Amino acid sequence: MSVMSDEDILNEITAIITGNRVALFMKGTPEEPRCGFSARVSERILESGAEFIAIDILPDPRIRQQLSAYSGWPTTPQLFVDGTLIGGCDIVEELHAQGELAKILATDAA
Amino acid sequence: MDLNTVQELIETHLPGSRASVDDFMGAGGDHLAVRVEAEQFTGKSLIEQHKMIYAAVQEHLDSGAIHALSITTVPITPGASA
Repeated sequence: MSVMSDEDILNEITAIITGNRVALFMKGTPEEPRCGFSARVSERILESGAEFIAIDILPDPRIRQQLSAYSGWPTTPQLFVDGTLIGGCDIVEELHAQGELAKILATDAA
Repeated sequence: MDLNTVQELIETHLPGSRASVDDFMGAGGDHLAVRVEAEQFTGKSLIEQHKMIYAAVQEHLDSGAIHALSITTVPITPGASA
């Protein structure tokens, strides 16, 4: 198996974001989060019952580099819905407090 | 990272804004919580508001001087006395 280039990684990230309605890039996994912020965001999505894909960025530092280049967002976690960056932990918590997060994650949303 | 430096970077980047910075891990200055009031946030999405803060401290995020940044933004109505 050949080593992935930066471009391969970016293409893979793009495919994940455009191919999944809800995608969360995080440190660790929902079962074993490696960062408090990532844990909180994945917890919120799990609570909502929405189906989502979680991608651990820790195995290769280039995942984070390429993700931030793609999204223009410097930190992880990053939540995408319908291909659009929703935000990181603070924004997810704020949307949750406003009752907006459930609407955004609801499967019948446009 | 000196908290006053971070405050100055944000207030310089967003003229007229008021920023307060806390070190929420207690020491080290690399896990910061900022609260910023600014007219520039009005009419912007949360994503755009937070990106404005990130832009002010980008080089310190890149260097790792700031590891985590918790952001609270408060839009101020232009012209209103805060």
